[in-house]
Amino acid sequence: MDSSVATPPAPAPNPPPASKPPKGAVEGSATWALADRIGLAICWALGLLFCAIAVAVVVYLFIQGITYLKPSMLVTPAAGGFSQGESGGFSDALFGTVIVAVMGIAIALPAGIAIAVWLVEYGRPTTLARITESTIEAIAGIPSIVLALFGTVIFSSTALGFFSRSTEGVVFGRSFFAAGAMLSLVALPLIVASTREGLNSIPRHVREASYAVGKTKAATARRILLPASRPQVATGAMLGLGRIIGDTAIIVVLLGATQNFAPVEGVGFPLNYLRGAGTTLTNFVYEASPTGNLNQPQKAYAAAFVLLLMVLALNGAVDVVHRRARKVGTWSS
Amino acid sequence: MNEEYSPEYGPRWSDQRVERLLGVLVCTVVGLLLAMIVTVIVKAWPSFAHNGLAWFGAGGNVDDQLNAIFLSGQAGAEYIYTFHAWPLIWSTILITGGAVVIALFSALFVAVFIVEFAPEWMSNILQPVVRFLASVPSVIYGLIGVVVLVPFIGNHLVSEPQKASVAGVISLTGYSLLAAVAVLTVMIAPLMVSIFTDGLRAVKPGWLEGSLALGVNRWRTTWKIAVRTARPAIVAGTVLAVARAIGEAVMLAMISGSVGFAPNPADGAIFIFEPSRPLAPTIVKNIDQLSSPPANATLFAIAAVLLVSAAFLSLTGWVARRSMKKYGAA
Repeated sequence: MDSSVATPPAPAPNPPPASKPPKGAVEGSATWALADRIGLAICWALGLLFCAIAVAVVVYLFIQGITYLKPSMLVTPAAGGFSQGESGGFSDALFGTVIVAVMGIAIALPAGIAIAVWLVEYGRPTTLARITESTIEAIAGIPSIVLALFGTVIFSSTALGFFSRSTEGVVFGRSFFAAGAMLSLVALPLIVASTREGLNSIPRHVREASYAVGKTKAATARRILLPASRPQVATGAMLGLGRIIGDTAIIVVLLGATQNFAPVEGVGFPLNYLRGAGTTLTNFVYEASPTGNLNQPQKAYAAAFVLLLMVLALNGAVDVVHRRARKVGTWSS
Repeated sequence: MNEEYSPEYGPRWSDQRVERLLGVLVCTVVGLLLAMIVTVIVKAWPSFAHNGLAWFGAGGNVDDQLNAIFLSGQAGAEYIYTFHAWPLIWSTILITGGAVVIALFSALFVAVFIVEFAPEWMSNILQPVVRFLASVPSVIYGLIGVVVLVPFIGNHLVSEPQKASVAGVISLTGYSLLAAVAVLTVMIAPLMVSIFTDGLRAVKPGWLEGSLALGVNRWRTTWKIAVRTARPAIVAGTVLAVARAIGEAVMLAMISGSVGFAPNPADGAIFIFEPSRPLAPTIVKNIDQLSSPPANATLFAIAAVLLVSAAFLSLTGWVARRSMKKYGAA
């Protein structure tokens, strides 16, 4: 009876700054029509279902991973063999993931920051700015398999033969360079969006103060604005990293889908590997799954477990950055 | 302190120069996208030119056609281009459509729950859960689908008589529409949830308070005011999710069954247990055929269809959001 009109605490001297009233102080669902209450029940059910799926994925992979993952797998490269015991580990795939991630982010991060700075701080002519915005949005929507096919065209051209193996004028077009370059396009939109968000959240007067002491726009962006939006840049970079690590289509197409590193002969140390084909964890899981060419489900579990740990670590890092950024606080304008 | 006036901000890094430098970079990225569109369409042209509109039609076995195309390129004889992609397109429509409809429904409820109705502790759990589900690599979903879901469907949901009834046409092993839709839903729903929650949070509290003050309960206020105001975000999230679903290649290559077969709703209930293969996984499965010119053109034609649908989607989303923007909220 009395709950139908929720009485707020009588003296409310300082209304909460948050836009919403504290939960629980508002009406409960007891007075709602049946349909509304069923709706709320659906909400709860779906929310719990989401949690259950996440828990199931994590627990399942942890159990399988701990059962099958042996430390030796992390340091032995894959080898030919008929049983799962003989065929080695997936160290090459692990290093491949690291290489691809570093290369992709090394291209995408500076480019993404530069594009975001241009969009927010310069953005002239306006037409070009609008075109750029839609371009970034379009790149985010392009399936990665299409990016991969485009990559085969670019990197198979003779002019770019330097980036991969070529025999008698025919360019192979599959290499860490090719995969890294195309994967950077996957991460680019995320980094641009996140950095823009950070730059936009900085109030106008901060820029004006900087201009007033004689700093140029470029110096302001580098010395004031970018350091101030570091949390958002870091978030974007880590989201992009997650996408790079998790992408499979580009790896399958552009990295040659070998089982091990296939360095190019007759080239110096880092370049011979980077120009050669290779593999990553995602590709390894794909190949080792029951539908793949290798069909070694136990190895697939182990590799997937390592991959999941990487993703969890990235998620945790994003959380930490967020929390720290909130503690420091935002601009009081 | 020990930082003297450094020449890096002198004339060498003057504003005009920096602006021009960044402008060049931006133009490069725009140019790259244009180059990609042009390249893909040019490469795809032979396939479209030989088939005309029949490319999108039905007729014959797609897998046999792909094989013939590939072999004709190897043999060096006259190239064969005949390709009727309808089974692949139909499979894409079914799997994407099914997953998006289910995901839209559940994501909307979950987003409303997180923003409005969940107790503090519950939304504190749900938000990281959603972020985690969105960041799990597709190949992991594929692996779990292959080793858990597919055998479950094959052994428990499909009965022997059902398998026998279509034995001459196709074998029902669990690699099915159902498995593909289920896993794809889990992949795209979190994406939608995170965009929907942003949209719902941006609704002006005054509007909601106005409705509450009129005595409308919180549930109806949320659906009639908040969800309607957040429609641009809902469109944006849905468009992104559809784009992701259409382009998902590896996970679907693993669990859709990888057969160029068009599931037929007329078959009744077993329709959802029938295997198929959408467009994007077809590229992955046949990627080693790129060396054969006609197969190359055919794969690029598939990519062109994907690219055009992605572009069309973002355009639709843009138009829809533009026309809704006048109703307020972000």
